[in-house]
Amino acid sequence: MKQRLLIIILFMASSSLLKAQDYFPESKGVKSNNHNYTAFTNAKIYVTPTTVIESGTLLIKEGKVVSAGAQVTLPKNTVVINAENKTIYPSFIDVYSDFGVKKPKREGGRGRSAQYDATRDGFYWNDHIMPETDAVDVFEYDSKKAKELLEAGFGVVNTHLQDGIARGTGVLVTLNENGTNADRILNDRSAQYFSFTKSIVKSQSYPSSLMGATALLRQFYHDADWYAKGNVDGIDRSLEALNKNKGLIQIFEAESKSNVLRADKIGDAFGIQYTILGGGYEYEMVSAIKATNAKLILPLNFPDAYDVSDPFSETFVSLSDMRHWNQAPANPKILAENGVTFSFTLKDLKKTKDFKEKLMEAIAYGLPKAKALEALTTIPAQILGQSSKIGSLQKNMEANFIITSGDFFDKETIVYENWVQGKKNLITAANTNDIRGEYNITTNSKVFTLSIKGSIDDPKASIKQDSTTLTSKFKFENNWLNLSFTDNGSETYRFSSLISPNTDAFSGKVMTSNGAEDFKAKLTEAFETKPEKDHTHEPTDIVPITYPNIGYGNLERPKQETILFKNATVWTGEDEGILTNTDVLVKDGKISKIGKDLSAGKAKVIDATGKHLTAGIIDEHSHIAALSINESGHNSSAEVTMEDVVDPDDISIYYALGGGVTSLQLLHGSANPIGGRSAILKLKWGETAENMIYDNSPKFIKFALGENVKQSNWGSTNRFPQTRMGVEQVFINYFQRAKEYGEKKASGTPYRYDEEMETLLEILNGERFISCHSYVQSEINMLMKVAEKFDFRVNTFTHILEGYKVADKMAEHGVGAATFSDWWAYKFEVNDAIPYNAAIMQQQGITVAINSDDQEMIRRLNQEAGKTVKYGGMTELEAWKMVTINPAKLLHLDDRVGSIKKGKDADLVLWNDHPMSIYAKAEKTLIEGVVYFDIEKDKQQRESIKKERAQLIDLMLQDKSKGKKTQKPSGKRREEMTCESL
Amino acid sequence: MKTYNNILVLVILLCVSLSWAQQTPAPAQKEAIVIEGATAHLGNGSIIENSLIMFEGGKLTFVGDAKMKIARKGKKINGTGKHLYPGFIAPTKALGLIEINAVRASIDVDEIGEFIPHVRSLIAYNAESKVVESMRPNGVLLAQITPQGGDISGTSSIVQLDAWNWEDAAIKVDDGIHLHWPSSYRFNRRGENRGYMPNDSYQKTIAEITSFLQDSKAYGETTPKEENAPFKAMQGLYSGSQKLYIYADGEKEIIDAITLAKSEGVKSIVLVGGYEAYKVTDFLKQQNIPVLVQATHNRPKFEDEDYDLPYKLPKLLTDAGLLVGIQNGEGRNFQTRNLPFYAGQAAGQGLDKEVALSLITGNNAKILGIDNAYGTLEVGKSATLFLSEGDALDMRTNQLLNAFIDGREISLETHQTELWKRYMNKYENE
Repeated sequence: MKQRLLIIILFMASSSLLKAQDYFPESKGVKSNNHNYTAFTNAKIYVTPTTVIESGTLLIKEGKVVSAGAQVTLPKNTVVINAENKTIYPSFIDVYSDFGVKKPKREGGRGRSAQYDATRDGFYWNDHIMPETDAVDVFEYDSKKAKELLEAGFGVVNTHLQDGIARGTGVLVTLNENGTNADRILNDRSAQYFSFTKSIVKSQSYPSSLMGATALLRQFYHDADWYAKGNVDGIDRSLEALNKNKGLIQIFEAESKSNVLRADKIGDAFGIQYTILGGGYEYEMVSAIKATNAKLILPLNFPDAYDVSDPFSETFVSLSDMRHWNQAPANPKILAENGVTFSFTLKDLKKTKDFKEKLMEAIAYGLPKAKALEALTTIPAQILGQSSKIGSLQKNMEANFIITSGDFFDKETIVYENWVQGKKNLITAANTNDIRGEYNITTNSKVFTLSIKGSIDDPKASIKQDSTTLTSKFKFENNWLNLSFTDNGSETYRFSSLISPNTDAFSGKVMTSNGAEDFKAKLTEAFETKPEKDHTHEPTDIVPITYPNIGYGNLERPKQETILFKNATVWTGEDEGILTNTDVLVKDGKISKIGKDLSAGKAKVIDATGKHLTAGIIDEHSHIAALSINESGHNSSAEVTMEDVVDPDDISIYYALGGGVTSLQLLHGSANPIGGRSAILKLKWGETAENMIYDNSPKFIKFALGENVKQSNWGSTNRFPQTRMGVEQVFINYFQRAKEYGEKKASGTPYRYDEEMETLLEILNGERFISCHSYVQSEINMLMKVAEKFDFRVNTFTHILEGYKVADKMAEHGVGAATFSDWWAYKFEVNDAIPYNAAIMQQQGITVAINSDDQEMIRRLNQEAGKTVKYGGMTELEAWKMVTINPAKLLHLDDRVGSIKKGKDADLVLWNDHPMSIYAKAEKTLIEGVVYFDIEKDKQQRESIKKERAQLIDLMLQDKSKGKKTQKPSGKRREEMTCESL
Repeated sequence: MKTYNNILVLVILLCVSLSWAQQTPAPAQKEAIVIEGATAHLGNGSIIENSLIMFEGGKLTFVGDAKMKIARKGKKINGTGKHLYPGFIAPTKALGLIEINAVRASIDVDEIGEFIPHVRSLIAYNAESKVVESMRPNGVLLAQITPQGGDISGTSSIVQLDAWNWEDAAIKVDDGIHLHWPSSYRFNRRGENRGYMPNDSYQKTIAEITSFLQDSKAYGETTPKEENAPFKAMQGLYSGSQKLYIYADGEKEIIDAITLAKSEGVKSIVLVGGYEAYKVTDFLKQQNIPVLVQATHNRPKFEDEDYDLPYKLPKLLTDAGLLVGIQNGEGRNFQTRNLPFYAGQAAGQGLDKEVALSLITGNNAKILGIDNAYGTLEVGKSATLFLSEGDALDMRTNQLLNAFIDGREISLETHQTELWKRYMNKYENE
């Protein structure tokens, strides 16, 4: 069958003359053009997904649709094709393809040292920015791939070079096997493309991170504007191209769910509405996705079930991965329900032929068929601004359509033909002649029973003599029946007959050992179709989405409550110190009352007898809940911000809440002297990244000193600075430039908007605060002197392990300190780190915090505070401040959080024991009056996780036993981020 | 008094800054010592509230109630209101083999080769390490010095942490061989598929381990003419004079590893790590395998697990009737001083505090095979103990007053306390 199809297609391709342009000379014969019409009559025609003609005619001519309707007058020169019982759809369009555009290959032999500079000149300073690329220049029609696509029902693809951050323009091309690129290419600058992913052929180090790519794109747009205004001497072909492509459709490859929002945010800043390629996780955050107003392009790469038949292996598959297997096919349905406009793409499907199966899965999960059809026809046409040419079968549109045996979304439906620009591609030879049924065959001497079953296109036969089934060979092709078998008496028969459609009898010739004779066959029983069983999931099998959508997510986001903590030991963190047998009332997210015997009113009362109530812990230095940490491509990366890469789904957030942490500063890493801007978060588990970032957040930036910024402990030796001497010069140079930038800006003359300089200028203006990673005394002293030279103050030295050596100087400068409790000996510069550091600095009048910089330690910062009692003899009251009010002060949040005081945010922790005891457990952790961690609820969640895992494992095993595709069990895992994570 | 203190500090600092030396090891016990009135935590699960402890010549001569009418001989230390503990024992550590993690020249922990039991940690142990001396003010007085890496990474020895050199430090030479069992899943660190993947070479590695065990055992059945150092180094496992420490975390790995080692005739086996040991407690009990669990200050490995699983793992295994100790082999060396707090964390999960203490004292001694002399406060055993201001498992009250190794009163000063005093002094005098 398959082979037959291939032969036919090959035959067609070679036999038909390629159509040439009118003015081209003809050397293979005489010039002859065909101006005839072709009509498909009696067909069910989907003019659009919603305009359906039950029985009508599609009339085409010269590659275009002339008319489609119930009644169409056929001109005399019309070739009529009876398409009775067939359905005609506009063929499909893939907006996001790499068809005919060679995939770039990674170059080998890269050195150990990073490449910091661009390799090109006359272009933008970053090699990953290539808007000057036009896919049409490299496009080569790929006939092999085209056949695959035609078989799947596609007629048009929009293709581009999928490499780099700014990728240039794409080509809209039909899969016209009989045409040339002159016919096929509908638009040679169909859209402009962007992504967050660097070119795989270029080695320039910047941007090394997601936030770097984001910042790079922003700066690139600023620069294009500056260039357009004629402010740049010389030519920058990248900026020229970007400006030239401005009017095109703008498509962004985002892929992961939160990247869709990230991409849209860049667009919003520059008045651009991207069409965005999603990643298939959009269902988890549909309201945020909807709010972007972006049209989406959705992959159909729903995962296969994990093969968990080996019970040891199931540990490695997380509930969130199992859920994605279970829920992902609902993605299109959920987006459709919420009014998000989307098209489908074949991108990320392992095989093109999986397309229909995946599409059917989406439909089984509730995606309306009309929506599915729109996502393959009218919407991609609309995305590309080509609705007048492709995507439907209205007058004058490209005659791109498929002819099927019925409803495309039926499992058994066959695609017979795929017509592109009026040219036929045979996909499956149509056997419209239904000969199925039971027949009596009579030869001169014998009677046999013939039973024909199977599908119309591929009928199967069995032959019986009396009640014995005989081994037989059967073929029905081009209306010719061939049947051969040997009967009980060892006589061999070979039947042949040409069968006309719609008859209940046929006759022909039969060859036996006696020579040829006639036979007759008579229908005795008509064939009846049995309904096929549906193998797809029942909707009841879909598990609910949680916030975030992992095991410990919540079915509903927890709500603010009015709570009265009765009879607690209250660690105020204020002058009142520790209050015993005290009540605290939480209302409207704030601490409303503190006192004895408060009346509950409508508040939920929590008996805190024997328990300790404290303010939530604040970590001045954390790298959890982030998708990347370091932008290490440059020695200054002030243009990047951690707010761009907050990951609200990180289980570390839940763990931190379980350790009583409510706020943290998500810092950039320590790869660069000038790092990136911070995100200051409240750990509102289940909320979006946006909602976790503090309202009116104080502005911070990470700086760093020492071994990391001079790259002492990894191979690279070619980036300035390599010494502490160089580090000072980096600071002086950048601050001097920022100062000059500020002066220019203030003077009113035109200036190039520079995100990096804007950030540094904020520091000079006292609007942004530095938290500087620091170890040894020399460099600590140096940075204070640099700051003093530029007339500002360093806000915080973080880590600051030798702070005790210059504590007097720090106190004089007015800088605060956040340090490890007892870390040392892991690298050369921490040789003199001592656990007494915090106590010494505190005694010198410095505001001191204990930080974690560690996803394990963040869960036990209460214990780390307790260590300052052991090392240096801090009082317990002072020790507790090290993880609450002191970090709040360092972060300029002490008016809102960090202590228990009337009017402050109700960010509270209820402990079962003295909060700094090794034996203490956090029982409840609240942020703004919302309980985000509750030890009792945690116990229930453990049970529900077990149950849900068992349910999904059972469903996956069912998939396996049904013979569905499975994948090896594996577990995605987040990187454990520290300062040094690259 | 204050001035006196400062002068004293200055004198010490002067010596320190000139010589930059480590603390001088204490001389042998010359005089009997009596500690009376302290709450003695014996390390075997029991406690004596108002205790009388006496030791002489490095050995405990009396452990009992202070009401006991018995002659108090020697130097007296008033322990009233204080707490007395056996010295804590840190198994499977690279103390003295790594000084600064990021400085390659200071690292002697992982030799080339997959099966190198003949490689011995003891001779590389730096008794003068600044990291080693920082253990003592927290009560960690003994450690098993262990090579890392490879399949069989080498042979460990057990030392006390106050010595001039490795020979003086050794209390049990070449005590055990360390086998790092492969994982049936490997961890892919890079790229989009970051995470756990089935390890296709799991069975292959097991086959290599199997043949190494079989070959080394067969080698020992005769008197070979030509010496094979790796095979020779394995013989103690089959005679029972050495223990095999098997590092395995997964359920499957634990069963595979112990089944193999037993069937190949290894006499004494210790499971190290045992992250999923709680799933196979019946098996471990039946095979009589003790477990050195990973330190409690860890995160769950998998997202769906209980957030406190690493905290409560020692309790789960103890409750199941296994012999359990705590190690932090995977942690950096300096973290080893937090050993008491790892035990304290386990107590926070509902484990009896004295039982939690035994995880780093009596149980560790039993598991390492040094319980004849160390790990508990019993007459006849080594006087390796310390007196603390309060509960030594809680960081606020872990304040050491006196510490003794084999009856020698050791210094509780370190490079770190000296810097502390030096700078406090600077600020006080300015």
